[in-house]
Order: sequence, then C-alpha cells, then structure tokens
Amino acid sequence: MSGAAFARGYNALKEQIDAPIAAFLSSCVHCGMCAEACLFFTETGDPQYTPIRKVEPLRRVWEQEYTFWGKLSKALGLSKPLTDQDLTDWETLVYDSCTLCGRCSMVCPVGNDIAYMIRKTREGMAAAGHAPEGLIGATQRAITIGSPMGVKLPALQAQIRHTEKEFDLKIPVDVEGTDYLCMLSSMEIMNFPEYIGSIARIFKQADVSWTLSSEAFEATNSGIQIGVSDIAAQLVQRIVDAAEKLKVKAVISPECGHAYMAIRWEGPNLVGKRFGFKVVHILEVLDELRAQGRLKVADRETRKLTYHDPCQIGRRGGVLEQPRNLINMVAENFVEMPEAGKMNWCCGAGGGVSTNERADALRLKTFARKKSQLDAVNPDALVSACSNCRIHLEEGLEEYHMDIPLLSLTETIADHLSDT
Amino acid sequence: MTDAEFLLWVRGPAFNIALFIMLAGIVVRFMEILLMGRKTNLAEARGSEMAGGLNTIWRRTLPDADTFRRSGFTIIAGNVFHIGLFVVIFLFVPHILVFERLFGVSWAGLPSNIVDATTVVTIVALLAVLVHRVKDPVLRMLSNFSDYLAWLVTILPLITGWLAFNRVGLSGSTLIGLHILSVELLMVLFPFTKLSHAFTLVLARWYNGAIAGYKGVQS
Ligand code: SF4
Ligand code: SF4
Repeated sequence: MSGAAFARGYNALKEQIDAPIAAFLSSCVHCGMCAEACLFFTETGDPQYTPIRKVEPLRRVWEQEYTFWGKLSKALGLSKPLTDQDLTDWETLVYDSCTLCGRCSMVCPVGNDIAYMIRKTREGMAAAGHAPEGLIGATQRAITIGSPMGVKLPALQAQIRHTEKEFDLKIPVDVEGTDYLCMLSSMEIMNFPEYIGSIARIFKQADVSWTLSSEAFEATNSGIQIGVSDIAAQLVQRIVDAAEKLKVKAVISPECGHAYMAIRWEGPNLVGKRFGFKVVHILEVLDELRAQGRLKVADRETRKLTYHDPCQIGRRGGVLEQPRNLINMVAENFVEMPEAGKMNWCCGAGGGVSTNERADALRLKTFARKKSQLDAVNPDALVSACSNCRIHLEEGLEEYHMDIPLLSLTETIADHLSDT
Repeated sequence: MTDAEFLLWVRGPAFNIALFIMLAGIVVRFMEILLMGRKTNLAEARGSEMAGGLNTIWRRTLPDADTFRRSGFTIIAGNVFHIGLFVVIFLFVPHILVFERLFGVSWAGLPSNIVDATTVVTIVALLAVLVHRVKDPVLRMLSNFSDYLAWLVTILPLITGWLAFNRVGLSGSTLIGLHILSVELLMVLFPFTKLSHAFTLVLARWYNGAIAGYKGVQS
C-alpha cells in the first residue's frame, strides 16, 4: 500500500476524534467486560475479538496526537508510530468481526460507546485502502447503479407490476404531495418482494397517502458500513432530493436496520443540513396506525412467536415497543427470548459483515448465540424486521438444522388484516 | 536525612508538589477531552441528551443481570476494592484531619479497627484482581506496563498505611513517611494513567448516555 494512502488513512483517523472519543479512550480501565458482551468473543473464545481492541489504531492516533504524554513520547522517539502494517493487521478485526451492534457499548462500566468508535475507525481504514473487497464492490454498485446489490429500476418496476396484479391494487410511484415516501432495500426487492405487497395492502386498508420514487428507492447505505462519509452522504442526498421533489411530509425507512440508522440518525449529519421532512421507521408508522385503530385484524396467529430485535432498530434506534405492540395485535402467543429488547444479541450479519464474503464462516459461527437464545423458548416461528437479519437468520437456521420458519413483521401484519 | 527530616519533607514540599501535579494533571486531562469538541447533531431529536447523559452516569454503576452472570468476578472484586478504597481514604479519622487541614471541611469517620479490616479486604481484592489480570486471556492481552503500574501505585499506599497503623517493622515515623510518599506517587500518576477514569468516567458515561438519549434509546 502506498505511503500516500496510509497518510490519508492516518489523517482520517485523526479527524474522527472528538470529545466523546477522547473521553472514552481516557476512561478505559482494561477490565475486559466488553469481550463478554460481544458475540464474536463469546462464540469463539478468541481474545482478539475483544471490542475495545478493535479500535486500537484509533487509540494510538489519539494518544500520539492529542495527549500530553503521547505527544511527549512521540517527540522523544519513545513510542512506536502507527504503520500501514498495523492497519493491515486490524482490517479483519474492524470489518469482519464487528456488526456495529452496540451491545458492548451497553455493558462497559466506564460508559464507553465502543461501537461508535469502531464506526469511526472504519473511516480511517477505508481511506487507507484497507476495506474488504465485498464492501468496496457493494459501495461501487450503490454509486454507479443505485443499489449495493445492483438492482436497477426495471427490476423494481417488474416487482411492482407483479404485486399490483397479485393483489389487484395500485402501487403509487412518483406521486407528488403524499404524506409518505416509502423507501426499500434491495434485499426486499430481490429476496422478499412480498414486502412491497404487504405495505401496499396495509396502507390501502388504513388509507395512507404514500408513494414510491423511481429516482430513489434504495435506503441502505454501504458508504456508512465501509466508512466513507462522502459516499454515504451522496447516497443520502439522493433520498433527500427525491423527498423534496415529491414534497412528502415524511420518509419511511424500510425494515432494514442499518438503512434506518443511515437516514434517520446519520443522514442529516452526513449531508450537513437538517431535513425538511421527518424520517420514520416502518414499524413506527404501523404502530401509529394501530394506535389510531386503523388496522383491522381478521384472525390472529396461534403459533408461538418470538421476535428478534434488529440492533439498529432496537438498541441503537430506539424502536423497541412498537414491534411488540404490533405482534401482540396479531398473535396470541408471543414469547420473549432471554435478553430480548435492548440487550438482544445481534444476528451476526449487520454492519456490512454479510456483504463481506471473507467473514462468512465467522458469521455462521456466531449464529450459535442466536441458537441458544432460540433454544430457550423453542418458538414455532421467528419474527424479525430486517431483511438483512432475515437472510442471515435463514442461513443460520439451516446451518444449525433448526426447523423454525422466519417471518417479516410487516408481512405478518398484512397477512392477518381483514380485506375490508 | 534523619527520620524527622524525611517526615517533614514528605509532609511539606513533596506533598505540595504532588498535589500541584495532580490538580494540574486533572485540568490538563479534562481540557484534552473537552477541547476536542463535538459536532452539533442535525438529526431531529427523539429524546433528551441531558436526561440520557445523567441517567447513564449513575445507571452504569449497576450491571444488568446477564452482564453480572458473565463478568461476576470482575464486578464483585472491582466493587469491593473501589468501596474499600473509598472507606480507607475518606473515612479514616487521621485522613479526615488531613482533608480538614487542606480544605477546611470535615466529616465523621469510622472506628480505626473497621478501617484496618477494610484495608486488608481491599488488599486481598487487589491481589485477586492482579491474579485475574495475569491469568485471564482477554485481560492478559489488553494489559500493558501502565496497567501494572497503576495497580502498584494503588496497592502501595494500602500496604504502607496498614504497616504504619500496625507499627510493623520500622519506626513509626519512617513508616508514616513511606506511607505519605507512596500516596504522593499515586497522586502524581493519577491523572496520567488509567486511574484518570476516576474523573473522566463522568464524561464518558455522559457522552454515551447523551448519544443514546438524543435518539430516545435506553443506555
Ligand atoms: S458493536 Fe457488537 S459486534 Fe461490534 S464489537 Fe461491539 S458487541 Fe462486538
Ligand atoms: S468494558 Fe470498557 S473499560 Fe472495560 S475494557 Fe472494554 S472498553 Fe475498556
């Protein structure tokens, strides 16, 4: 790797450091408790996966650039400067063994938000040219084609036509002045097109004014997962432009948790201005409709259901009660897995891990954590609300020979609505 | 230097120097953090930063059930030596007299024999913590020279204090002198090692809670 790339990476790390990071790094007591909170450690027993260790490149830069002792020992030639080799050595720790799930950030006794720091470390890694192939590819496709999976408008249009025929309804596209602009994730278009039909059916029954946009339909943001803010900003800007052009009151994030994080919480900060519209998660919208009595349930699910909280929706996004209200509306037998809710264990595939083939084996290994949570309640079906979680959960269930059907929360609701 | 001269020196000039370095160090460390600043969050807030921050400052003291199950030893041993240090430093009557001389305020202390027993418990807890650090693979990997140094300067005043109180070995004034010297070593290193968490932790917890609180998330 060239020296110029390393210098870019070093500077990117330097720029990321703010008061919270300085406070976190000043406070770490090396107690090791974050290791026990991270599924990459608990399922492998390998100490290198200790969360705080993953930010070591960032810590070294902070120490040498922003602390009295660090600057002194650097000047005296006593400290070892960060090298490109260090970044190479850390690449797999920063990308393959962290889903940015934030569970470690809930446990650290001194209060370190470690996931926040790992996210920032990725900015330096990517700038220095140390991002994984899979994520680079996805990011390039997102920029050139418009979606990380390479899904183009005609594919979406085909799904729309198909859905309209199947349910005999109209799916609004590019309609100006509606209340909501509904965003999707490529996985929903390609792997779970039922999602579009479910939304359309629910919104039809509840009489919601909404539209899709032909110019911006993809809400996931691989720029964030890889750690390149300019690209992330460009992807967010597309959504902002579409929302402003269509003059909608709010943008609905798809089920996908990282998409929600990207547009709801990082979006305005990436593009550098406040949005003139609201951003809401689909589960927030559905729960509001429920509270207003606009969802009429025809029959209730009798199977024993449990719910997997996607990290970016629950623990990091604050949407915890809504899914529970909604499941209880359509199901008679809802049970919680141990540690469900804000302390739920990650599925193992978030934060770009699923896009990074190099991490495949590790990702499936960590599924053992989800298995033990599931074994504790033995459900008839597992409900979740993130297509990325869902693909990985399906793979995990198969790998571990577990015969548990997987349901999307939005689809489950649509399936239990009355037709009138 | 005679015993008396030594005692005079550690109590006088040495103590003043140590106190100055400690206080200046704390200011420097706080500035190093706060001057880094933080960008304004442009996303629409769903909750309060202040409420979240303040909540996490105290809430993080109590681990959740699962964390307790997984990290029981670290939590129990950690709490024992922290509470022990608090009792020994702030509730021992001769220490309270020192604080009174320095700051003009005083409070009620505990009987010496209780503080004496607490000292022994704290020393044992710190020894257990050290063994754990050396044996546990995660802790061994995380630990560097500074971790062991911080441990050493924490346990030294406990040991010298216990020896001085129980008059073991050397003359009384030499022991007191050594005890004060070991405290001064602790004071000097306090802001510049991980011991600084004693004050930076308030900021760390606040930021964590504030970031979460802004999003309306529980932390
Ligand atoms: S954010 Fe999640 S995956 Fe990443 S280090 Fe923390 S606990 Fe592990
Ligand atoms: S839990 Fe917090 S204090 Fe302990 S090692 Fe991890 S980051 Fe450091």
